[in-house]
Amino acid sequence: MATTTTTVSGAGPVVGSRSFLSRLREGDEIARLITFLFAASVVLLTFLLVFELWRGSVLPRHTFGFSFFRTSIWDPVFDQFGALPFIYGTLVTSAVALLVAVPLGLGAAIFLAELAPLRLSDTLEFFIDLLAAVPSVIYGLLGIFIVVPLMRQVVQPLLKQYLGFLPLFKGPAFGLGFLTAGVVLAIMIIPYIISVSREILLSVPRDQREAALALGSTRWESTWKIVVPFARGGILGSIFLALARALGETMAVTMVIGNTPVISASLLSPGDSIASVIASQFKEATGELYTQSLIELGLVLFLLTLILNGLARLMIVITSQRGSGMGHV
Amino acid sequence: MSARLRWRKFVSAFMLSMTGVCAAVAVSALFLILSYLVYHGGTSVSWTFFTRLPAPVGEAGGGMSNAIVGSAKLLLLATLIGVPIGFFGAIYLAEFSGSTTAFVVRYAADLLNGVPSIVIGIFAYTLAVLPFKHFSTLAGGFALGVMMIPITLRSTEEFLRSVPNPLREGAMALGASKWKTIATVIVPSAYRGILTAVLLAFARVAGETAPLLFTALGNRFWSPGWNQPTASLPVAIYNYAISPYEDWHRQAWAGGLVLLGLILVINIVARGILARGISVSRT
Repeated sequence: MATTTTTVSGAGPVVGSRSFLSRLREGDEIARLITFLFAASVVLLTFLLVFELWRGSVLPRHTFGFSFFRTSIWDPVFDQFGALPFIYGTLVTSAVALLVAVPLGLGAAIFLAELAPLRLSDTLEFFIDLLAAVPSVIYGLLGIFIVVPLMRQVVQPLLKQYLGFLPLFKGPAFGLGFLTAGVVLAIMIIPYIISVSREILLSVPRDQREAALALGSTRWESTWKIVVPFARGGILGSIFLALARALGETMAVTMVIGNTPVISASLLSPGDSIASVIASQFKEATGELYTQSLIELGLVLFLLTLILNGLARLMIVITSQRGSGMGHV
Repeated sequence: MSARLRWRKFVSAFMLSMTGVCAAVAVSALFLILSYLVYHGGTSVSWTFFTRLPAPVGEAGGGMSNAIVGSAKLLLLATLIGVPIGFFGAIYLAEFSGSTTAFVVRYAADLLNGVPSIVIGIFAYTLAVLPFKHFSTLAGGFALGVMMIPITLRSTEEFLRSVPNPLREGAMALGASKWKTIATVIVPSAYRGILTAVLLAFARVAGETAPLLFTALGNRFWSPGWNQPTASLPVAIYNYAISPYEDWHRQAWAGGLVLLGLILVINIVARGILARGISVSRT
């Protein structure tokens, strides 16, 4: 049998240049077709998802148009639906989460990548991976019974006492609200920031560190002024990735945010987010317009995470290529 | 030593120890979560928890047997949908496809992977609940299956690609056809990785609540067959946790402990399979 095989460049598969008929007889073409159908179904599902979200939200798009995003009245009884309180809630809780999670996550990633011996680093990373596997509803459970009482009795009174002059910390301390949701979200996204940032930091070439140390910088200076700026793009990518998670996070937020569609400058106030309003109201939504408004909120959420994920992936790829491109030995 | 140098050394030591504190805080979160669950839920996990239906409000006892069985059914469906599509799709990507098709499929999978779980729930609702006009186990399983596809696909492809090319060339030089090479050489030599990928995907969807809220809904009783709303462990935990009853809170803690235990065990086993020597060298 004359089989001349050529290797496609890189890690690509081996391609036979045998005739179509002989490949068909040996089953290759059939296998190719079958696996292609499975692969194509992934693309099909994705298209279908976008299509269903678009089709499912026709009514509110026609009824409200762009004012859907500008009005803050959410009144199912009078069929008035405005998305502003939920967009606001999503952004505020995510911002709080990032404020808490970025310093903590970045610090931990620096420790794991720069300081800890490899074995310790791997062990800790194993625990971090397990932390990332904890389901959202468990975070919500701990949020309701542990974090909310803690917030109501200890943290929020303290904040009011010392920072109460700021509009951020006015109003009664319910426990439930933007701040609590943000803190719970922070705990949930820290593992993502740590894992990705650690990988990126580890991919920074050794000579960068050695050069900085040889010029007389301290360990911290070489880390903070040389290694971290070098990995900047990738770290930003990990933050975007975490932000995308935070925006779409549903259960934990639903359980601690208070489920009230209000826009308030105070972080202590209860609120609602896009994901949490869908989770808490979709099932009970009566009437086409109500359901479809919730679906449109889902579409908004989808587009937000789509953009963030795309940006994040781009930055991570660019940075890690830069790292390996500069003579990583 | 000049004052400035001393200051710089102090800053270095201080900041570096702070990073250690950050790492300690992050890792301790896992142990805090575990100990809270054991402390609050440990006493409620008993034989009746696994074998009884939920008790009515105000009545002590009762279990979550229907939710556990419901979760098992949902996960079985999810695996039946997610694993074949992910696995065969990955074979196409790694062994057959040209670079353009591969890019499109990979892009779609990454996109699907980034979709928030609640949006997957809406998708399953419009596709598998609305046309039939009732919530069902099938719809819930479909939602979870959709979530499993991209995770299985991407990691299986990674592991297939890490099989060295000489193995492929060797098999084909011996006259094996391509599909035979894949079935007898490539997949067997990557099976540990593939198994890990499937287990991790399984563990990931096992704890998902949001896609089930309005697909599988929930049920206080047994759900016969596949066409009726069914209880599931994550949704039951959610419903119990937000209820005002003390008894139900205890059930939520117990459910949480069982769910997290299951997920952590699967994760540890999956990583163990991979660590115990993957048969191909990964670069």
